[in-house]
Amino acid sequence: MKYDPTNAVSKSKLLLPRAKHDHIQGSVDAPIALVEYGDYECPYCGQAYPIVKAIQEQLGDRLCFAFRNFPLANSHPHAEHAAEAAEAAGAQGKFWEMHDVLYENQVALDDESLAQYAEALGLDARRLIGEVLRGAHMARVREDFQSGARGGVNGTPSFFINGVRHDGAPSFDALLAALVQPNAR
Amino acid sequence: MNNETTPGQQPGSLKSAALPAGAVAPDFSLRSTPDQAVKLSDFRGQPVVLAFYPADWSPVCGDQMGLYNEILPEFQKLGAELLGISVDGAWCHTAFSRDRKLHFPLLADFEPKGAVARLYGVYRETDGTTERALFVINELGVIHWSYVSPVGVNPGADGILSALEELNKDPNEI
Repeated sequence: MKYDPTNAVSKSKLLLPRAKHDHIQGSVDAPIALVEYGDYECPYCGQAYPIVKAIQEQLGDRLCFAFRNFPLANSHPHAEHAAEAAEAAGAQGKFWEMHDVLYENQVALDDESLAQYAEALGLDARRLIGEVLRGAHMARVREDFQSGARGGVNGTPSFFINGVRHDGAPSFDALLAALVQPNAR
Repeated sequence: MNNETTPGQQPGSLKSAALPAGAVAPDFSLRSTPDQAVKLSDFRGQPVVLAFYPADWSPVCGDQMGLYNEILPEFQKLGAELLGISVDGAWCHTAFSRDRKLHFPLLADFEPKGAVARLYGVYRETDGTTERALFVINELGVIHWSYVSPVGVNPGADGILSALEELNKDPNEI
């Protein structure tokens, strides 16, 4: 073969938070980077949601957290629209607020519920649901998905710590241990 | 035939037995449903992704086949056909495939059990299942890339995508 198919350097770079592109909590210059590929309708992502919050609290400024969309649309019929709704909320400046509401209400992610959450967050709900229905943010969600497929996402949630996939359990202890290990930059 | 220890061969290491890049992909015909069969050589002229996996009904969402189902459009963009293979029977595959809404065939390496997996060097005698093994086969029927993942680790799709992109860039390689 002429070249290495796993091109590790560019791959791990793809899996670090990108300042202009990603939805980020914390500074991109923070020493520890955690990127999650998630699906709003996935129960395992729902379980990981409070764990990530606890990890963020524990690590404070040392952590940069980025969330990317990886909707498993065949398994989860509402996941794609939920992801696009979060992006649409982001277009109105409230990505993380919507992200949280979606994970806290995983059992109700139909379009009507999405519109209600937008309303409750003080967003222009008509605009948001209109954007979802005409797929205005579909390309963005697809881009996240493709970067994940390319980067080695192997289910949801998939976590990458400083560009490397975390294959351990997505529990608080296992994630924290992996995040603070000495070779984590 | 008493002394079977061949130098350079490691009988204990199943992973090293997987057919490597450059080997001709052994042809086979397996059932994809109780009344349909799929023959590898029918796909000559396009790349084929052969994904061996241990068993249907993995309990997690986004398990390996579920994941590939989602990534299928990316494989198709690269001109490839995806085939899943396990030792489960065709009826089991049909039920699993319907439950997970899979849009690609699952082949039953069921009778004689694991025969195709053995041809590709990825049968696990101890478990009676196959390895989690990936083969990207080029349009001439030659293995372009192969990979055996630890059986508990879903390998994702990045290796497959890279291999398919190589094939698309340079179809005459090998």
